[in-house]
Amino acid sequence: MTRELLKGNVAIGEAAIRAGVQAYFGYPITPQTELLEYMAWRMADLGRVFLQAESEIAAINMVYGAACTGARVMTSSSSPGFSLMQEGLSYIAASDVPAVVVDMMRGGPGLGNILPSQGDYFQVTRSAGHGDYRPIVLAPASVQEAIDLTMLAFDLADRYRHVVILAADGQIGQMMEPAELPPMQPLTAAPPWALRGAQGRAPNRISSLYMHAESAEAANRRIQSRLSQIRQYEQRSLEYATEDAELLVTGYGTAGRIALSAVQAAREQGLKVGLLRPLTLFPFPEERLSVLADRVQACLVVEMNAGQMLDDVRLAVGGQIPVEFYGRMGGVVPMPDELLTVISRMYRRVAAPA
Amino acid sequence: MLQEITPVMLPVYERPAALAGVHTHYCPGCTHGIAHRLVAEALDELGLREQTIMVAPVGCAVFAYQYFEMDGCEAAHGRAPAMATGIKRLLPDRTVLTYQGDGDLASIGIAELIHAAARGEPFTTIFVNNAIYGMTGGQMSPESLEGQRTSSTPGGRDVQRTGFPLKVCELIAGLEGTAYVVRRSLHDVASIRKAKKAIVTALKVQQAGAGFSLVELLSTCPTNWGLTPADALTWVEEHMLPQYPVGDYKVSAAALRAAAG
Repeated sequence: MTRELLKGNVAIGEAAIRAGVQAYFGYPITPQTELLEYMAWRMADLGRVFLQAESEIAAINMVYGAACTGARVMTSSSSPGFSLMQEGLSYIAASDVPAVVVDMMRGGPGLGNILPSQGDYFQVTRSAGHGDYRPIVLAPASVQEAIDLTMLAFDLADRYRHVVILAADGQIGQMMEPAELPPMQPLTAAPPWALRGAQGRAPNRISSLYMHAESAEAANRRIQSRLSQIRQYEQRSLEYATEDAELLVTGYGTAGRIALSAVQAAREQGLKVGLLRPLTLFPFPEERLSVLADRVQACLVVEMNAGQMLDDVRLAVGGQIPVEFYGRMGGVVPMPDELLTVISRMYRRVAAPA
Repeated sequence: MLQEITPVMLPVYERPAALAGVHTHYCPGCTHGIAHRLVAEALDELGLREQTIMVAPVGCAVFAYQYFEMDGCEAAHGRAPAMATGIKRLLPDRTVLTYQGDGDLASIGIAELIHAAARGEPFTTIFVNNAIYGMTGGQMSPESLEGQRTSSTPGGRDVQRTGFPLKVCELIAGLEGTAYVVRRSLHDVASIRKAKKAIVTALKVQQAGAGFSLVELLSTCPTNWGLTPADALTWVEEHMLPQYPVGDYKVSAAALRAAAG
């Protein structure tokens, strides 16, 4: 395989195709529209299903229907459109059907703007819809990771029969980087629970409706048991220079990537700073963070929002060390120098007091 | 010697194979039961039960997927046409049905219905119109008649404040994607027979891939109308039929060919 110059949105589309996505339903919204446009011709060329829906509400419910047939299916959107998908996502999760959804996050709240943001962290990790469940959430920081995590998203969705969200900020969708695509995978066969007509078998029925409290609680327990398995096996994160770090910086996606530059610069200045970059936002890599919290003096959370993953970090470190936050909002992307200043100040204050 | 006569029992009426052998939760006198049976008989006659997927709505028919002996699912409120689109696009050779009430289809789900119809999605919608929200206890629906008393229009529907009844067949018949759009009624035997024929035709239109098909069925809600089952049937005839005339609102050339075939 060769590396090629790929735009994030296009790379995600092609990765989904190579993972065997059989249907894409979507609605135009910046900054993810190139993904929809790419799928429009590429899926048609391959004889697979592409449909531009009349709204994100329709798109997610088309995904729900298509997922019920046992096919690998996806949609993509950006923050305001993703908000419109909440109801459908909840039905999908409650029905145990796999689906992959891309949220190319933009500045909010409200109409906000089309610039990169991580303002949807709560929305994607806490439930992404009504009721008690959490989707699996993957957070790429480069075009290559967007490809790799898209492939993983389909595998995890099938393995757990669960909703997987690829949560990237708009910068990941818009930028071009050299990256390598995986080979084309064969399409997956329909599983036995799929709705394809009850030919020679008892009917399959897919629903999220439970009239009695006990049966609804049993359904909730089934989802929670799935989530606890996901928590146990699927926590993923990357680290840099954490072995002897006094100050741990943590951030995901573009914020995590810029934080790496700042941490490397801090190391050049002799500051013992390390980085933990979560790849999974749910399950949050709490085990690894808890281990690191035993070693470091303090933790700095960097996000492109007002402090959302911050809550998960605080839960994971359990009050063992001070946790501070630095964030930019509304589509402002922090600069490495800016983060270096924050890191240096905090390091002098909490990690290596004079 | 006398010959012993063995009585022979011939079935003259039985449960269609496409109907599940379960009790339904519908109220006495509700015409959902008739509508279910007609759909099941039509599927049986065309031999489609084993290749059909039904999408149930939110509303009184929320359990429809359990009442039919075939693959089925339960959509979010109003989203059945979007869900059916997803299924039909993946499985174009299967028969796909949505079964929706008037709150589900004409209010919260009107966008999904219109766009599925405009795209000419080749699935069939059974639209059960009883001019009220049944499941939530009798509120005004877009189909409620002018002056109709409901729990949210206690003084009767005032069209100056709540708008006018939304005539779905008339609305979508003008869309190029629709192949077969008809309104029938379930208030008497003759009407029920015509309704059955329309459902068979709609399924044939779907099989021919001729476009979107919809059969509206004027139905009763004795419980929320505050009428006896018999009076409810009369109410359909006297009040609904003049507002919602039965008839064929769209039969495309392709639908005509499919119906004849």
